[in-house]
Amino acid sequence: MPQSATLEAVKFDKDEGNFSYPEDYAYDAGYGLNEGTVDYISKIKGEAEWIREFRQRALKVFFAKPMPTHWASKDLENIVFDNIRYYLSKGQTPTRSWDEVPDDVKQTFERLGIPEKERKYLAGVEAQFDSEAAYSNVKEALTKEGVIFVNSTEGLREHPEIFRKWFGKVIPTGDNKFSALNSAVFSGGSFIYVPPGVKVKHPLQAYFRINAENFGQFERTLIIVDEGAEVTYMEGCTAPKFETATLHSAVVELVAMKDAKIQYITVQNWSNNVFNLVTKRGIAHENAEIRWIDCNIGSRLTMKYPGVIMKGRKARGEVISIALANDGQHQDTGAKMIHAADETTSNIVAKSISVGTGQSTYRGHVHIPKHLKGCKNNTECDALLINASSRTDTYPAITVRGNEHSTQHEASVSQVSEDQIFYMKQRGLTEGEAMSLSVNGFVNDLVREFPMEYSVELKRLIDMEMEGSVG
Amino acid sequence: MSTALLPSEALTTVETEQTWFASAPVSDPNASMPSWYRDLQASSWLRFNELPVPTRTNQHWRFADLKMIRFADLTPATPCGQPDRLIARALEERPESFAAHFIFANNQLIHSETPDLPTGAICLPMTEALVSHGDLVREHFLKETQTLGGEKFAALHASATLSGIFVYFPKGCVSEKPILVHHFAEGEGIVIFPHLLVVAEDNASVSVVDYFESVSETEQTLAVGVVDLIADRGGKIQYVSLQDLTDQGAKHMQINNTRVGRDAAAKVGFINLGAAWVRNESLNRMTDKGADCQIFSANLANGIQEYDQRTLQSHEAEWTTSDLFFKNALYHQARTIFSGMIHVKPGAHHTDSYQTCRNLLGSSEAEANSMPGLEIDADQVKCSHGSTSGQISDEEIFYLQARGISADEARKIISLGFLNESINKLDGDSLKESLFARVERKFAQLK
Repeated sequence: MPQSATLEAVKFDKDEGNFSYPEDYAYDAGYGLNEGTVDYISKIKGEAEWIREFRQRALKVFFAKPMPTHWASKDLENIVFDNIRYYLSKGQTPTRSWDEVPDDVKQTFERLGIPEKERKYLAGVEAQFDSEAAYSNVKEALTKEGVIFVNSTEGLREHPEIFRKWFGKVIPTGDNKFSALNSAVFSGGSFIYVPPGVKVKHPLQAYFRINAENFGQFERTLIIVDEGAEVTYMEGCTAPKFETATLHSAVVELVAMKDAKIQYITVQNWSNNVFNLVTKRGIAHENAEIRWIDCNIGSRLTMKYPGVIMKGRKARGEVISIALANDGQHQDTGAKMIHAADETTSNIVAKSISVGTGQSTYRGHVHIPKHLKGCKNNTECDALLINASSRTDTYPAITVRGNEHSTQHEASVSQVSEDQIFYMKQRGLTEGEAMSLSVNGFVNDLVREFPMEYSVELKRLIDMEMEGSVG
Repeated sequence: MSTALLPSEALTTVETEQTWFASAPVSDPNASMPSWYRDLQASSWLRFNELPVPTRTNQHWRFADLKMIRFADLTPATPCGQPDRLIARALEERPESFAAHFIFANNQLIHSETPDLPTGAICLPMTEALVSHGDLVREHFLKETQTLGGEKFAALHASATLSGIFVYFPKGCVSEKPILVHHFAEGEGIVIFPHLLVVAEDNASVSVVDYFESVSETEQTLAVGVVDLIADRGGKIQYVSLQDLTDQGAKHMQINNTRVGRDAAAKVGFINLGAAWVRNESLNRMTDKGADCQIFSANLANGIQEYDQRTLQSHEAEWTTSDLFFKNALYHQARTIFSGMIHVKPGAHHTDSYQTCRNLLGSSEAEANSMPGLEIDADQVKCSHGSTSGQISDEEIFYLQARGISADEARKIISLGFLNESINKLDGDSLKESLFARVERKFAQLK
């Protein structure tokens, strides 16, 4: 059965990020979660009292909210919150130079190729190791233009006049159980401000790394792009493969002011023991545009539905999503589009591939309330099933009120056709190569949306995942 | 279950979070009914009282207005006075050709004729069939497990139904003409329990039409109906429900279970023109190779009506096909909910399944909710769904205006054509004509 060959390919692929260094932390909040844990995190970060109160309130909400298992995967019940460590760091201040980063951390990121990528094409980089950013740097020219790119602690401490206004406003604490958890114990992440009219040409990148076992990473990102400004932000994530479950639960808030543009790109390649439960949402003001470009390849269970609230006239929202679910994985992804002004448009294109016993799920929510005019939504979701044991689900929900809008939704499920494979074999390709080519063709139009460097890497990743998976 | 409590006793012993009934709905337990049937009634009544009223977190009731199922002081229906006026009404609007016609008012049979039933066919009121063909009924009666949210309603139905008919077409028994069944509801706060059980054996072919109508324009009535359709090897069943209850208070809950076997085919249609609140649950199981099921619906929702439709196309064997085609035309503050699921079970390879829901919004306050879903557990399948919401384009209206038709008239013509596309999928010309006429009449009344 070529199934094993698939496993082999996956194992090889995961090896890139599958290494860890001995744990040696100066700050450790211990196992489990209570009010003391939250106070500890707040204290060592030297936070203002309002942030501590914000965290404590969120903790109460987290405890009060039930698990959303009435609609979501029962696998969530396997998370034991008492067995998780909520804060681990070597220090709270990131360095501006790679030379000052502790050796093991530096080696981690060098093995992942981050410093090299920064030299080549990035405008700014932040590298988070467990709870805190170890390294954070942004090109001097951008700093001069007033671009701020810091971690959450620094952002709230140094620039409260900019960030406090929107912090926790796009995604309120009580949005869901995991956004409440993040609000209680958040640490790290990126706080970015781009001043009016500044168009950041090269992408800003954050890299998230989990090193310790039984750890929960809870980064918090808030990106505010002022009138007429533009930015592209990329994030990558890896973790070593541990036997026990690891939790990653981020909250990402985007604010695009009038005429602003934000592109948020994620390539998620967590190891297969990570629960990846992330809340991502943006507010687009008049004529602004928010695009989520999302690729999920790793993790045990991902639940992620990036959303856009189109608050201003002619605002635009887009979600482009690729998910690849291999053996033992469940990619539960989707999109949420809330139209709250006239002539707003949204577009969702989601493609998923299920291999072996992998399960991919699309969940969508499109809402067009009454008394609005000229709103449009287009949703397409296509699923490709590779093996007989693969599974795919689609659960969209579309609410339209009023007669001056148009929405369309389409979904399809298919296989790589035997004819296609036969045709390519005729021309001398092996079955595996033919399969890879077909699958790449299936996602090709979406892969092109990623920046060059990522799209090459993505193709390679998909090639490897598909190797020998013909059922 | 011989020790089961009688319904009236059960009520006093079981606590419910919400008491729908002032007294148990079975008004006249007939001693001549088989004991298995009376046991089923009693246990179902217990189950009805045990099952919770659906709440906000129940995914099968997502987007539904739960106030609509907050019932209180429901009462058993009592026989209608002056049945002749209802019979006259039903005869007037029936299609020209038919195989049999049954008319029920408040659960009671008030008229029946069987001018053209094929030899061998059994077509009897439930009350009669339970006595004369008890074992045959028992084999098929309410066997399906509900999974689409209406479990409590199904239990209620099982505890009380004695209304409706049993249709059994043995091997090779074919009728081109439809069997017609009318159900009238009359009386404030009453509940009717229309039942239909259709079995088509090998290569048999049968068509049944249910009509649901109110007697008074303003009475609050509730219908809780179950329709079970079973098509065996090569059998063919066509079923259509035309619901035109009063939109000023009538509520209609209908649960359909359709099972399609080897090389068998079923067509299941829902036409909703009336009622304040409607919920259709339609489970469609393709259980053997070559099974094909077509499900369609045409709904004209206006005023403050809420139409809530939940469907499941369950592909349980290889080489099965299904096609769902639902259309909603919405006016005023009407709401529609469409929740459709295609489930391809493990091993059901070579499934070919479609699902389409189209909403035509005719006012700025109408609301259409669509939840088209897929759950695919097998490969080598072709499944897709599409859902659209929109309005009539200005070009279309302009085109008709250019031909001398007023804009208002043009809108009606286009909407009518939009809904009739669904009805057109039926077999039987005289049946289709009569249904078109009903929809057209409703459009004419539309303000």
